[in-house]
Amino acid sequence: MAKKESTFTNMLLTLFIVTLASSAALGFVYEFTKEPISIAKSAKKNLAIERVTPSFDNNPGNEMFGVPADGDSVYFYIARNGNDTVGYAAETYSNIAFGGTLKLLVGFLPDGTVKEIAVLEHKETPGLGDKMLKSKTNWSTQFEGENPSEYTLKVKKDGGDVDAITASTITSRAYCDAVQRAYDALEKGGKQ
Amino acid sequence: MNQGRNFLKGFIKENPVFVLFLGLCPTLGTTGSALNGLSMGLATTFVLVLSNVFISVFARFIPDKVRIPSYIVIIASFVTIVDLLMSAYTNTPGPHGEPSLYDNLGIFIPLIVVNCIVLGRAEAFASKNSVLSSLLDGLGIGLGFAFALTLLGTVREVLGNGSVFGYKFITGDGILIFIMAPGAFLALGYLIMIMNKIKQRTAKV
Amino acid sequence: MEYIIIIISAVFVNNIVLSQFLGICPFMGVSNKVDTALGMSGAVTFVMVIATIVTYLLQQYILEPLGIGFMQTVSYILVIAALVQLVEIILKKVSPSLYQALGIFLPLITTNCTILGVAILTFQKDYNLAEGVVFAFANAVGFGIALVTFSGIREQLELAEIPAGMRGVPIAFIIAGILAMAFMGFANIV
Repeated sequence: MAKKESTFTNMLLTLFIVTLASSAALGFVYEFTKEPISIAKSAKKNLAIERVTPSFDNNPGNEMFGVPADGDSVYFYIARNGNDTVGYAAETYSNIAFGGTLKLLVGFLPDGTVKEIAVLEHKETPGLGDKMLKSKTNWSTQFEGENPSEYTLKVKKDGGDVDAITASTITSRAYCDAVQRAYDALEKGGKQ
Repeated sequence: MNQGRNFLKGFIKENPVFVLFLGLCPTLGTTGSALNGLSMGLATTFVLVLSNVFISVFARFIPDKVRIPSYIVIIASFVTIVDLLMSAYTNTPGPHGEPSLYDNLGIFIPLIVVNCIVLGRAEAFASKNSVLSSLLDGLGIGLGFAFALTLLGTVREVLGNGSVFGYKFITGDGILIFIMAPGAFLALGYLIMIMNKIKQRTAKV
Repeated sequence: MEYIIIIISAVFVNNIVLSQFLGICPFMGVSNKVDTALGMSGAVTFVMVIATIVTYLLQQYILEPLGIGFMQTVSYILVIAALVQLVEIILKKVSPSLYQALGIFLPLITTNCTILGVAILTFQKDYNLAEGVVFAFANAVGFGIALVTFSGIREQLELAEIPAGMRGVPIAFIIAGILAMAFMGFANIV
């Protein structure tokens, strides 16, 4: 196979053609996958919201607003059934978790009662802190049905009502911190 | 060499992970479970086969001095295509909200472009051989890579989680260190040692 | 204060090699002697910081405004390849001995997942340019620490009696695993 000569024009031309062909091909594939990608993204969001709020018929992923909280924001999604607001999903966080940042999605009923909580992102230790995941244990169900106005979101050791995960007090504290942050944001400006 | 041998060499004799020690980053980073390892292996195979074929066809038109940058652009394009396809079609979370396959493979999908195996095969084989040979070479080495990743993923999942491809056969947790960072190193180290032993024995026989 | 957290996190808690699994090939390949390890770390630091800056600017001022974010992988890797060529040329002139010592590993920095990995991570974490530079530098330091520590251990290992099946690569991986376990102890210090 005779190779082309490495003259300056040849090299430049080749690189130009290759890059052009690449951009064109990728542009084409991008256009083709743009819709499925955004559908997958919003389905992910809605699936998470579905897990923590009562059933709704709107598209909460599209109705998002942020409430500032401690330097960052808590993001709210409104769940509606017809004209009634049936709940809110709050994307909240805590910076005091064992592995860094912990992100939760807390589902509230309109009066502030917690319906269910899902973990969005965590770096906690497998076998210890990750017991907060619903897929691992039922630990998080103790929050369900409780209203933070009457239920103190602190571990029992700190004078609250929450049973900490055995040997994972730090994770438990961070979890409570995140839920409290969500509730405070809800009261401050989340009920729209 | 005949095409049969060409295809099979990637599995044992010239297995990219256990023998050539190439492509180690995704090997350690995506083998927390058998499914993740297998998916990563298949995604890499996809890129490897396509880039091998493409480069085999067009190598003669590319001047020698710019061949590496050109190959890189070609490989990067196929990697981007895989990335786009996976973020569209393998991005569904699990029933309890577990991360999707796309999330699990994460940064290692774009990193296929710097997987030494892909550029290595393009440079060493595809640019000098026929399209059919290059295709089989890419397929064999890619599937050998997938085999290694799936094996390591299975070992780590069985020991660390007591499950295989998601089917748990114990209650509770396994030896958790295996699904964490150090476990990847340990499991791979022992696997390579076992492979060495097997090679020694079969060489004697 | 933010910067301190970025540094400690990148160097110890989420060490690029022992926790994120990037840069394993050079980690295994260049870690036989402490001097080569130091040289490699220096080269990687230099390339990583500059590459992060250039790719950041590329993303911010060309890819995003033109809506061609999907060209990220292609453009990033081209930038990195060009940069490594540049470093090679400079190094040949400035320090021929180091150039010789690094040998094949210098062009291999292009296919080093750390550079591309850190560039992509900087984008994913939404850092601004200053934070990005600190992040890149810290990751390079983390890489260097892991590499030099590992090579120190391997130099000592030359004098130890290792079972035949374990010699070379397998024992290296086992040691790396133990080192990774040690680094896990850094969790929760930020």
